[in-house]
Amino acid sequence: MNGLGPLLRTILFVAALSGIGAGAVTAAIHLNSTAQLILKAEVYEEAEAAAAPAPATEQATPAAEAPHDHAVHAHDEEEWEPAAGFQRNGLTVLFTILTGFGFALLLVAASELKGGLTSWREGILWGFAGFAVFTLAPGLGLPPELPAMPAADLMERQIWWTATAAATAIGLALMIYGRSPLFAALGVLLIAAPQVIGAPQPPSYETPIPESLHHSFVVASILASFVFWVLIGGFAGWLRPRIGAQQALAPVAQAA
Amino acid sequence: MNTASPNLSAPSHSAGVVHATPAARALAVSIAALLGVFVIGGVGFSHISAMHNASHDVRHANAFPCH
Repeated sequence: MNGLGPLLRTILFVAALSGIGAGAVTAAIHLNSTAQLILKAEVYEEAEAAAAPAPATEQATPAAEAPHDHAVHAHDEEEWEPAAGFQRNGLTVLFTILTGFGFALLLVAASELKGGLTSWREGILWGFAGFAVFTLAPGLGLPPELPAMPAADLMERQIWWTATAAATAIGLALMIYGRSPLFAALGVLLIAAPQVIGAPQPPSYETPIPESLHHSFVVASILASFVFWVLIGGFAGWLRPRIGAQQALAPVAQAA
Repeated sequence: MNTASPNLSAPSHSAGVVHATPAARALAVSIAALLGVFVIGGVGFSHISAMHNASHDVRHANAFPCH
């Protein structure tokens, strides 16, 4: 680790600890909110699969001859999937923490361009930016959705999601750090552009999922994401000065 | 040792704050950001089927494009 340089070590430690902290809390929220709603949606998904013996889902083509009596998902029934209960919930905890680590790396790396976080309050402001960039902006065009809900081509949505997040991040940076109101205006245009272009939409919105269930899921997902980002930012802002100081002194302590 | 040095592996440090040359800072920030993109890409965007199934609920819960 000592070959990495104190700044990179600092970023990695801050992001790892922030990701673990924010991820663990958010995973607990998810297991008691969104995960429950996903299970409910899968009841509708299974009922639909049972009613239609050959579901004409766009991704089901290679598995067309596979037996569907145990179908939970319309895609690749023979692939491994986690067992219900502990394994499935454990993976949710693990991947939520990994998501926290990944987003914390982006947040801390970006904040280092402005000299590094100095307090938990400053970190929370960066967390708001992360929430806007990675939840609000992509979620406007592609709201959180449950299994069995119709969606456009996966790759097209992934491209739109990524481009929207990038444009929103650059737009926010232009508004906050731009040297004149002109940059702010450019920032607004950049943030609006992907929404005006519009996210890829499915040919039909027909779904067995009740609207009320979907609405509950959207609220639960965005609320959990808000807590997630406030925690990532808050933890990162609190940890950055402490770990930075410790890492800056570490090579000296070793040399002595 | 504590003077500003162009050497990437010998950043200066004082007053408990991480100081590094601009090049070293840029490198550290880039590596961290790339690792972040890699981690998010694996959790939220990988098309590998086992990866999708393992992170399925997290993808839905975080509104990553799924299915």
